[in-house]
Amino acid sequence: MTYHFDFSALLPYWPEFARGIWLTLQLSAISTVLGFVLGTLCAIGRADGSRWVKWLVAIYVEAIRNTPLLVQVFIIYFGIATLGLHVSANLAAVIALVINVGAYTCEIVRAGIESVHKSQIEAAECLGLSRVQTYWHVVLRPAIERVYPAVTSQYVLLMLASSITSQISAEELTAVANRIQSDTFRAFETYIVTGVLYLLLSLVVRICLWLFGLAVFVRRRKLGTAI
Amino acid sequence: MPTFSLVHLEFLLTAAQWTIGLSIAAFVGGGLVGFVVALARISDLRVLRIAATVYIQLVQGTPLLILLFAIYFGIALLGYTNLPPLIAASAGLIIYSSGFLAEIWRGCIDSVPKTQWQAAECLALTRWQRMVKVILPQAARIATAPTVGFLVQIVKNTSLASVVGFVELAQAGKLINNSIYEPFTVFMIVALIYFAICFPLSTWSRSLERKLNVGRR
Repeated sequence: MTYHFDFSALLPYWPEFARGIWLTLQLSAISTVLGFVLGTLCAIGRADGSRWVKWLVAIYVEAIRNTPLLVQVFIIYFGIATLGLHVSANLAAVIALVINVGAYTCEIVRAGIESVHKSQIEAAECLGLSRVQTYWHVVLRPAIERVYPAVTSQYVLLMLASSITSQISAEELTAVANRIQSDTFRAFETYIVTGVLYLLLSLVVRICLWLFGLAVFVRRRKLGTAI
Repeated sequence: MPTFSLVHLEFLLTAAQWTIGLSIAAFVGGGLVGFVVALARISDLRVLRIAATVYIQLVQGTPLLILLFAIYFGIALLGYTNLPPLIAASAGLIIYSSGFLAEIWRGCIDSVPKTQWQAAECLALTRWQRMVKVILPQAARIATAPTVGFLVQIVKNTSLASVVGFVELAQAGKLINNSIYEPFTVFMIVALIYFAICFPLSTWSRSLERKLNVGRR
């Protein structure tokens, strides 16, 4: 049997695709920002917290990094429902993605914090910087700057992983594709188009994060080192 | 209303064996393909280099979920109806892991110091000898830790095989949940089983990394 490709069957569905892309971008953007904050706080806790905080963060990170996102999504979506609260699929998706990416960010940022040399901190103390100032100017910002490429890759992966939330019927790109596929019976075409769209999206995310890095890490830009 | 019982646990543990089997298939298949792609990526032929780069970018730039759907529905449309979910799931996971392993291993081959390549050339080793006797053994040492680390990713991503109807651990959890509706208990236990598989691998990967760094210091 030969199969005839017919992409024109998908044309009427472009508004649906656009809506899916928009929600995928929203999910990714919100989880990126919140996940970064959560991850950085955890990294600080893991590097400099009390023993209890260190333990809690370690358990959180290991639990998340060693279980599949799909199962985490199910636990959060259905788990919240059994508690008697009703949350929309989209909100559950964001919560799951934030918790997930927070753990990965924590590990990356912690590596950055550990790479800051002790003499830097001592020098900051000698200059009379307060603890908060030292942390912000000497430890955290250079640390994040150093691990920024790794962070970037992690958030591209996050955008791709957001496709998993289609499994709890969050209406992002993959869920839209599934619906169009069952409407048109043009499965191959639908998923090829969706794949290409994800490819473009990952390019867009990469470029956005790169531009963000250029804008934020002024020192590196002046030194002319590549991000 | 039935509750979670030993029967369910037994079902989950059987499904976990499928998860492990699928992971091994993905790792072995992905490893073979990935190795070839990694070599193509550093080949002297431009065409091969570009083809490998495009392949890696395609695999790393699209979600595994879409890949699985495309294979499962697409191949059925091409005429092979009744494609067993096991084949579709393995094919998807093999393509996925080959794309990532190729890039990991390419990095490892690249990180063998340039002087080693030059020394091999000075000893008049052929390209083949240089690769097999000098570069790859050293690259393999560097590659062990990240490869074991990636194994964890493979195990976790086998959970997505559930979307093409393959009954592995995550799908077994869904099935049980559909019959007894205790999502929290069921998926917590599912998560615990995944953790029991992945955590030793993560720990192993970390200790390998530490050992490697000691040797380099």
